[in-house]
Amino acid sequence: MLTIGLTHYLVVAAILFTLGVAGIILNRKNIIVILMSIELILLSVNLNFVAFSQSLSDLTGQVFALFVLTVAAAEAAIGLAILVAFYRNRGTIAVEDINSLKG
Amino acid sequence: MIYAIVFLPLVGFLIAGAFGRWIGVRASEFVTTGLLMICAVLSWIVFFNVALGHDHGYAPILGNWMTVGALKVDWALQVDTLTAVMLVVVNTVSSLVHLYSVGYMHEDPHRPRFFAYLSLFTFAMLMLVTANNLVQMFFGWEGVGLASYLLIGFWYQKPSANAAAIKAFVVNRVGDFGFALGIFLVFQLTKSLTFDEVFAAVPGLEGEKIHAFGLNVDALTLAAFLLFIGAMGKSAQFFLHTWLPDAMEGPTPVSALIHAATMVTAGVFMVARLSPIFEYAPAALAFVTIIGAVTAFFAATVGLVQNDIKRVIAYSTCSQLGYMFVAEGVGAYSIGVYHLFTHAFFKALLFLGAGSVIHAMHHEQDMRNMGGLRKDIPFTFAMMIIGTLALTGFPFTAGFYSKDAIIEAAYAASKHHPTAMIGFVSTVVAAGLTSFYSWRLVFMTFFGHRAEHRVAEIHAEDEPAAEVAHTHGHDDHDHHAPHESPIVMLAPLAVLALGALGAGIVFGKYFIGHDYDEFWKGSLFTGRDNHIIHEFHDVALGVGLAPTVVMALGFLVSLYLYVLKPGSAQALARTFPRLYQFLLNKWYFDELYDFLFVRPAFAIGRLFWKGGDGAIIDRLGPDGVAARVADGARFAVRLETGYLYHYAFAMLIGVAAVATYFIAGGLR
Repeated sequence: MLTIGLTHYLVVAAILFTLGVAGIILNRKNIIVILMSIELILLSVNLNFVAFSQSLSDLTGQVFALFVLTVAAAEAAIGLAILVAFYRNRGTIAVEDINSLKG
Repeated sequence: MIYAIVFLPLVGFLIAGAFGRWIGVRASEFVTTGLLMICAVLSWIVFFNVALGHDHGYAPILGNWMTVGALKVDWALQVDTLTAVMLVVVNTVSSLVHLYSVGYMHEDPHRPRFFAYLSLFTFAMLMLVTANNLVQMFFGWEGVGLASYLLIGFWYQKPSANAAAIKAFVVNRVGDFGFALGIFLVFQLTKSLTFDEVFAAVPGLEGEKIHAFGLNVDALTLAAFLLFIGAMGKSAQFFLHTWLPDAMEGPTPVSALIHAATMVTAGVFMVARLSPIFEYAPAALAFVTIIGAVTAFFAATVGLVQNDIKRVIAYSTCSQLGYMFVAEGVGAYSIGVYHLFTHAFFKALLFLGAGSVIHAMHHEQDMRNMGGLRKDIPFTFAMMIIGTLALTGFPFTAGFYSKDAIIEAAYAASKHHPTAMIGFVSTVVAAGLTSFYSWRLVFMTFFGHRAEHRVAEIHAEDEPAAEVAHTHGHDDHDHHAPHESPIVMLAPLAVLALGALGAGIVFGKYFIGHDYDEFWKGSLFTGRDNHIIHEFHDVALGVGLAPTVVMALGFLVSLYLYVLKPGSAQALARTFPRLYQFLLNKWYFDELYDFLFVRPAFAIGRLFWKGGDGAIIDRLGPDGVAARVADGARFAVRLETGYLYHYAFAMLIGVAAVATYFIAGGLR
């Protein structure tokens, strides 16, 4: 029978992380998707923290995961706020149209 | 006194040149002309003291110019008979030309500049003739070249004037190159450049050989030959003559002063001054004779068919310079200088007369558009007749004495040197041609009828200022009719006419007659075997009459073709079209030089410009580096898309690379 070990957690976290990164890079639609992808990346990091914490019997990891959640929440709030402000200024939140850094 | 003569023109130049803008036109004219008048008077005093009196020559040293090892060059003002003659010629003609220019140039807005240049020229010419060493002579030589360049290009708005100025400068550089080499060689041989020391050393060098480019040549012959190349350039001799006719683009007073009376005779003066060198180089003297003879003949033939009144006189000048070199080539330096002296008067007279005609015709120079002017401008007509008589050698005028002396000397010398025979034949033939083209000029200009329709066309652009200067009443005439020139222009003509008539009779016995030795006081050198001055008096009567006969012949032919049977000249031209075109195009010298030198020079220039500089240096150097930087920048710009995900991707790659590096490092 398959026992769920550390490796499985790490694999899932890695998959989540990769999905997040891919979401940032491949996404051509919407900045909100990018914010969501960042959430996904933070989530995968949290999963790693917790998995290692369990595996090494060290609570520090889980405490850290709580901090990350807090920061993620704050970040999401600020991100959305910027997004609204941005939309008011430029009238769009499509990733394709945001290229004022272009040389 | 000599200081005043040489430096007053310089003062005039500085005042008119630097302050002409502030002191105004009238003041500039007054200052330069007045100073030159003083110079002219002083020059005659020097002439009477040194040449005619018993005052021996002197050479005050002004100071050291440079001392480099054995090379020591001083500024000095050497005065002897030869210099005194040149002083008289230069300052007399120059002061008259200054005065004449006041009238001739009175419409030109740049008169201070013009008068400044004229004075600068006079100063440089005086430095040239008072030099006591070759370097100071070269200084004056280049100074007059510069002034000539500036004055030919005086009307710088005209592209043709600029081209002519550059041409004169470049052709003269060819001659000057020879002159400079000659100076180097003289220094190499004698270790000195001061005339006295060089002349003292020359007899000891007779027969000395020099090795150059695998050849064994006589050192003195080579030196004399190189120095003569310089004279050829300045005096517009065959091969280097092409600049002189084009120099007529300058104002007419300039043509009279520089390109007829003084500067172009610098070569003649130089050969006379260096007679001690030339006397020991018989081969070079033969070359001088041949070049002079060819030039005299060549220029006279071209003069036959030219239609521009100034060009006819320019070729005449070229031809007369050839005469002078023939005289010097056969060893009769005094006769060459004598012709220089008389020629200055009548050629300046002809040029200023032509200027008066041009002035009367409102700047029309084509003789085909003139005719019948003798009634409109009788004084100018009379002056031109005098000039023409003197030029053609009419008995008892100035040209008669000097020109006949040259022809007789060439004949007398042919007993010793066969080359002198070429000089004799060529000068006799040229005398006939001279007579023909000179009278042709007079007949085309002053006789017959004007082509009225062409005149009307010219006068459409009449200038009102000219009307002020009228001295000759012609109220019954058309408003645009040709008018006599003002008195400031006619007075110099009268003075020069006096010289053209009298210079021969009065000074003949001093220059070439029995007062020869007392007059020259050794400033001209003649070798042991050179008795030409005595021999030419004894030539056969037929030889003495020859130039007068051909002169009459030329006059009759001209009279027949242009007065008695008008139109027959054109018929003659149509009968020999090939010959006519050949002469009209000046023996195709300009085309030949264009083909031989100008176009290859352009081709080489273009090769180095496009190929050497453009394709190699620029492409590999600055242009290439700049282009690569621009390429790099263009590439870098493409990286900068402005899209968020590109930056994110770059960050990720970077992080991955760093992580890989450390992980790989950790494994090792």
